[in-house]
Amino acid sequence: MKRMILLLMFVALCGLACGSSSEGERGAQSDDNLKVGMVFDIGGKGDRSFNDSAYRGLIQAKEEFGITAVEFEPGQDSDREQGLRKLADRGFDLVIGVGFLFTESIRKVATDYPDIHFAIVDGRIEGMSNVASLTFREEEGCFLVGAQAALKSETGVIGFIGGMKGDLIKRFLTGYSAGALAVRPDIRILSNYAGLTPTAFSDPVKGKELALSQIGQGADVIFHASGTTGNGVIEAAREKGVLAIGVDSNQNHMAPGTMLTSMEKRVDRAVYTTIKRLVQGSFQGGFNEFGLETGHLGYSLDEHNRDLLTPRLCAVADSLAAEIAAGRITVPRK
Amino acid sequence: MIALLFATLRTATPLLLAGLGGMFSERGGVVNLALEGILLTGAFTAATVSYYTGSATAGVLAAILAGALIAGLHALMSLKFRVDQVVSGVAINMLAMGLTEFLMWIFFDSGSNSPRVDGFSSPEALSGILTEVPILTICALLAVPIAAWVLFRTRFGLRLRSVGEHPEAADSLGIRVHLVQLQGVLLSGVLAGAGGAFLSLNAHYFVKNMSAGRGYIALAALIFGKWHPGGVLAATLLFGFTESLQGHLHISWLPVRFVQMLPYVLTMVALVGVIGRSKGPLALGRLFVKD
Repeated sequence: MKRMILLLMFVALCGLACGSSSEGERGAQSDDNLKVGMVFDIGGKGDRSFNDSAYRGLIQAKEEFGITAVEFEPGQDSDREQGLRKLADRGFDLVIGVGFLFTESIRKVATDYPDIHFAIVDGRIEGMSNVASLTFREEEGCFLVGAQAALKSETGVIGFIGGMKGDLIKRFLTGYSAGALAVRPDIRILSNYAGLTPTAFSDPVKGKELALSQIGQGADVIFHASGTTGNGVIEAAREKGVLAIGVDSNQNHMAPGTMLTSMEKRVDRAVYTTIKRLVQGSFQGGFNEFGLETGHLGYSLDEHNRDLLTPRLCAVADSLAAEIAAGRITVPRK
Repeated sequence: MIALLFATLRTATPLLLAGLGGMFSERGGVVNLALEGILLTGAFTAATVSYYTGSATAGVLAAILAGALIAGLHALMSLKFRVDQVVSGVAINMLAMGLTEFLMWIFFDSGSNSPRVDGFSSPEALSGILTEVPILTICALLAVPIAAWVLFRTRFGLRLRSVGEHPEAADSLGIRVHLVQLQGVLLSGVLAGAGGAFLSLNAHYFVKNMSAGRGYIALAALIFGKWHPGGVLAATLLFGFTESLQGHLHISWLPVRFVQMLPYVLTMVALVGVIGRSKGPLALGRLFVKD
């Protein structure tokens, strides 16, 4: 009996440790405010990449419209649906799931709560008027950095490291390759994925090894689309004196002198726009696709990479962007 | 080709340290599933301490201490409070996941990763090989003969093996069974903690759940290596090699899924005895209770 009680206490303690870490509530509660909840993807808030971009949009909307913003970070896979359900239960006006891993959970929860608005970043949910699917034409942004990488490369070999293998990350690679080949048909592109499960987005040890192997095969510019796995990719590039390209947020500050640029995916703008529409009472369910021409994708140029990303590289990317926006170049998706 | 060798050594390092650690615990008869949690805790502690002190060595020492603490918790639960060893190990892994994330919020205000830490810088004179093979990898390789010596040539090793095989007999000879087992479990924490330090110091960041199942692969290596230091070395090198192959050879006929499954398949093959049956210590997982 004593053993059972101790065991139960132990398990409860573990539960406490997991639970207390997963929820952070910020912002004053008041009833007349619109309440917006955000649930983060693997990698979590503070990843200096995908999740942080979404978070910036939430904070911007909070400051501008005075909404109540609540964040929730699922500890494990199974908590994803629970987190969403909890927010819906508490009468939130809008619940945003950050990342395609939320697609199924949102579909289920949104069916049970038809009066609550949902948004999913990177996922496509059809036929539900209370769900806005926010997707991006990542391949267009990747096309630009691919072209820059190919022109910057001295060895004629460039690399790509993806997180979890799947359609989304494949699109990054497709755009990157197409951009590189468009400006330098003889370029060689190496590509690797860190794994087949969501942990592939948070394994910098693996990321570093994959990058080292690509560098060993001659790659001197490596683009990563792999969450915090990419921290290892950037470290490998720094160690070996080659260049890396960041993803989603502007990651240039993480290793000045190593970062050629970053492929920015402005999840923040998409999130901000969605909340703005809700505030104005014009929430739109269905597909919302964002691309280059609306400024939701692009490359970063700041004080950290001004020496590496020459005006010529910027000019090439800008003219390619103009052609894509004008429809003269169609970037392949698959 | 030499690059593949170095990659194999680096990839094998955390597996080897955790595997040797697991060997000391299990040779004494205590199942140690907590290796995964110890790796994660070690990784977090090494990153945090070296971030605040600026010293990678201090980070490793702290990781070893933290590993021993978590292992001590496992020993306390399973030896003193008689919790099932598997249950205690799993609970500790969950605790480590939650605790590291919770502490990350406190120290770094991020649920995702730590700020960058410097890690070990190799001295200029030795920069040739040391940039490819980190210092902790060399330590891990040196740990193999030392572990073998401790296990097979010292009085402690003999006692550890005897309580793992037949605790009642050991007890009748006046060996304090639980004390010896505690020492074995603590050693597993020391070694796996150092393995965790390798993860975060080599990647220069701590990332949430960055152990990514390596503790379980180390356990598989322990079984595949027949609870023997040389066997563990061979098994972890093999697993490290298959993992590294993926980045070095672009072989289309060898699917990634298959490569990632390989450690587990090999473990099962070893268990059913196709290439020499793998048999653990007789009293593994069975708690010794003195009448």
